[in-house]
Amino acid sequence: MKSCLIVDDSKVIRMVAKKILEDLEFQTVEAADGQQALDACKEVMPDAVLLDWNMPVMSGIEYLRALRVLPGGDAPIVVFCTTENDIEHIQEAIEAGANEYIMKPFDSEIIQAKFTQVGLL
Amino acid sequence: MPSGYFDFIRDFLKEHSGLVVTPDKMYLLETRLNPLARKLGYSSIDEMIGVLQNNPNDPIGIDVSEAMNTHESLFFRDNAPFELFKTTLLPELLKRRADKRKFRVWCAACSSGQEPYSLAMVLDELSGKLGGWRPEIVATDISKSVLQRAANGLYSQFEVQRGLPVQLLVKYFTQKDENWRLNDNIRNMITFREFNLLDDPKVLGTFDIIMCRNVLIYFDIATKSRVLGSISRVLADDGVLFLGSAESTMGLTEEFWPVKAGRGVYKHTNGPASIAEP
Ligand SMILES: C[S@@+](CC[C@H](N)C(=O)[O-])C[C@H]1O[C@@H](n2cnc3c(N)ncnc32)[C@H](O)[C@@H]1O
Repeated sequence: MKSCLIVDDSKVIRMVAKKILEDLEFQTVEAADGQQALDACKEVMPDAVLLDWNMPVMSGIEYLRALRVLPGGDAPIVVFCTTENDIEHIQEAIEAGANEYIMKPFDSEIIQAKFTQVGLL
Repeated sequence: MPSGYFDFIRDFLKEHSGLVVTPDKMYLLETRLNPLARKLGYSSIDEMIGVLQNNPNDPIGIDVSEAMNTHESLFFRDNAPFELFKTTLLPELLKRRADKRKFRVWCAACSSGQEPYSLAMVLDELSGKLGGWRPEIVATDISKSVLQRAANGLYSQFEVQRGLPVQLLVKYFTQKDENWRLNDNIRNMITFREFNLLDDPKVLGTFDIIMCRNVLIYFDIATKSRVLGSISRVLADDGVLFLGSAESTMGLTEEFWPVKAGRGVYKHTNGPASIAEP
């Protein structure tokens, strides 16, 4: 079973994502901000990360940059999932090492399509 | 719902586009034609169909056919055909067509354009290998309105997230408010044209690759056979045909033979080794 870390400061979004990912047979872990996510990754690297952008304490992009320099931090496949839907943000995310990018609102079809594209499914 | 016009509509659609509507799909008539009738200012489907019954050539027929057909499509649908194109078909074409430095692809039911544009992006990604070559992509559909959308190359946020890798979104699209528009260099690679698959495709010339995906499923057996027959006559001797992932030629024609390279990939039964068989 593959693991996916869900990083979003909204509990509701985490719940929706968790349901979708469990249906896709992922084992899920949750984090409410970038710092929590980073701490989780230092303990166990997940196979995938579903990542919000705007969060208190540490943003998604800051987390991603920090993740990519951790030992083994280049392994997780990181999929942004955010309301930031302009090309500048997308470009910045790709440069920071994101593998895919979902513009909210999302549904299970989009998550499934994107996860398939990056080889997680 | 009165079934009075069911027979008429069924015959009309079959003749016009090949679309088969079985009695169990009758509910579709209502859900799709009611909004159309309202939009065109008729008080009921009956009234709208009455106009068509009096004059089968009334432009309403086009709207009716459009409303009843399924236009769903996505970028890089099923992915495998595009991978095969990249890894095998293109390298083979570059070898086998080296004298003419040209090859032609036909997307035979292109809907809103995601299929031909996916190919165009693949070609552009590989343009380094294509110096001086003139690949031609002809994309056709029976529906004027989807062709119009396709030529515009404007897609919603939802559409660009189905099948399209984000790296290609950033590289080949420009954001227009809530939507995304394909850049001119990609749009200019495609020739869009109205064409009914029930007609003879000889007018389009011959092709090295034909994609006829997810359209035959809507036809009856006789129509499928006929269309496959016509398609085989415009496919190069060593060309390949792609059908949708749930479609096959089994029991429909002897003209095509599946190739091992992938599901839904066919060659001429009596032809030489196809470009999918290096
Ligand atoms: C479901 S879409 C398939 C789009 C694309 N090939 C794909 O696989 O994603 C089917 C398309 O076939 C078109 N179509 C239906 N009957 C046709 C006919 N007789 N000739 C040409 N196109 C037809 C419809 O207008 C529609 O756009």
